[in-house]
Amino acid sequence: MKPGLRILSPGLGLTVQDLGRFGARHLGVPPSGAVDDYAHRVANWLVGNEAACATLEMTMGRARIEWLSEADIAVTGAAMGLRLNGMGRRQWISLRVRPGDVLELGVAENGCRGYLALTGGIGVPEVMGSRSTCLGGKLGGLGGRFLAAGDLLPGGCQPLLPEPRRLPWTPVYPEHHLLRAIAGPHDHLFQSWIDRFFAATFTISPQSDRMGCRLSGPAVERDAAAPAGIVSEPVVPGNVQIPADGQPILLLREQTLGGYTSIATVLSADLWRIGQARPGDTVRFVRVSLDTGQRLAGQWRDFLGQTERLLAAGLG
Amino acid sequence: MNRAVDNSSKTANQNASSVVRFRVSGDRALIAVYGDGIDPAINESVRRMSALIEAMRHPAIEAVVPSYCTLAVHYDPDQIDPAALSSLLGDLAAHAKEAAVPRAITVEIPICYGGEFGPDLDAVAAHNRLALEEIIRLHSGSSYRIYAIGFTPGFCYLGGLDPRLHTPRLATPRLQVPAGSVGIAGAQTGIYPQASPGGWQLIGRTPLSLFAPEREPPVCYRPGDSIRFRPIPAAAFLHLAREANR
Repeated sequence: MKPGLRILSPGLGLTVQDLGRFGARHLGVPPSGAVDDYAHRVANWLVGNEAACATLEMTMGRARIEWLSEADIAVTGAAMGLRLNGMGRRQWISLRVRPGDVLELGVAENGCRGYLALTGGIGVPEVMGSRSTCLGGKLGGLGGRFLAAGDLLPGGCQPLLPEPRRLPWTPVYPEHHLLRAIAGPHDHLFQSWIDRFFAATFTISPQSDRMGCRLSGPAVERDAAAPAGIVSEPVVPGNVQIPADGQPILLLREQTLGGYTSIATVLSADLWRIGQARPGDTVRFVRVSLDTGQRLAGQWRDFLGQTERLLAAGLG
Repeated sequence: MNRAVDNSSKTANQNASSVVRFRVSGDRALIAVYGDGIDPAINESVRRMSALIEAMRHPAIEAVVPSYCTLAVHYDPDQIDPAALSSLLGDLAAHAKEAAVPRAITVEIPICYGGEFGPDLDAVAAHNRLALEEIIRLHSGSSYRIYAIGFTPGFCYLGGLDPRLHTPRLATPRLQVPAGSVGIAGAQTGIYPQASPGGWQLIGRTPLSLFAPEREPPVCYRPGDSIRFRPIPAAAFLHLAREANR
């Protein structure tokens, strides 16, 4: 595939991500994938791609990118003061770029992660069924690493859009995040604390990354009779682990097993929200039953389907 | 909501060795619990169940991820509800003992002990007051069950290290441990599939690449299999390493 773009400056953390790698968790290969899969999907739909195409995930912004071929692109997610050839442009809308054009992103002003899609997706080779970068396993994306200045990425090999597309609304990210969560898998070890956990406000710590979002707040205590540690068990994205110091770690998408107990698990439909949480933001977990959680997650998937159809119909 | 799932699991065989409990891990996964602790019999139940669930090829089951005494079943909630899934898994567990599943295998991994490949072999020998040859004999003399694979792609959680080899981690972890390094940390032994920082005492290295994402399968062992280490001289290491890179 022909080169689509060149990284002039990678900013504060730039990786290739798609919806994830799901076939080999039993071999220790984590899912990876866009942390905010909502913004990732919309970026793809805006340029006429399938949701599964690879985008660039830009953490906290400040990247500069040169375009090497004609393509439709879209930047979604965190508001990053987008400029094309020095001219301010809007996000959540498709833009036509031509060879030599330079796209600049400033520091994220609202939200934490931006997503950049282009026609046909970022064309790095699939590794075990996905193009997502797994930093821990050094696989996927470009050499399994953060992108660096000078990197060339293939892309742009699909018919261009007949007319621009835009999302008819602009997501704005709050500084206080309400995350709906189901108790468990180890809620039985936190019976004396679980009500306080769901009432407490936690702060996002700066020591957060794609592995997990570290929270600080009241120290969550396990029941007196509960063991301090467990033999490693499978984990899922959204597990809220409670390590020995009681400060929760919300697991994202880069781990398959864990040796800490998890008091609750964020709904799959709400996990994208944490992708836009910034250090210093606050979080509260809202308890829902498994039944309700699955109904809400189903409604969210329906909403995603409607959004895809809306954008494909060009009604934006 | 754990209770709703727990109730439906009562269809499981109440025979102590195959009792299975379920925990809810979000809206798309159940954790099936087959016991507690690091125990080869429990881990064998996990391995058998994992194989049986995979063999079902149930359209609603997206993945099975086993660990020491639990396994995660990832499912599509649009296709099956958790009560039906736990009852299905409970029934499967009740017949797991008689069911035919593929046999676990023992994979032999060649290792060059000591020297540049195992810079901490002397320290492990000194800590345990044993000769170098005795460390190598003990370490390569038994087979190690793969209780789980995780932490990094292809990394095995191995059981069964001889207590005479237990050695604390390095006081200061290395910034870079070469891929294939074999180490000891407390009561554990293991292999680093990728180069990474690490604090294990390194006693040797294998020239094989344990995790190769372009290979199918990318890893030549599965959870529940065993590993046996075979000592090789440095010349054989270099030869095998050249072959592997060809």
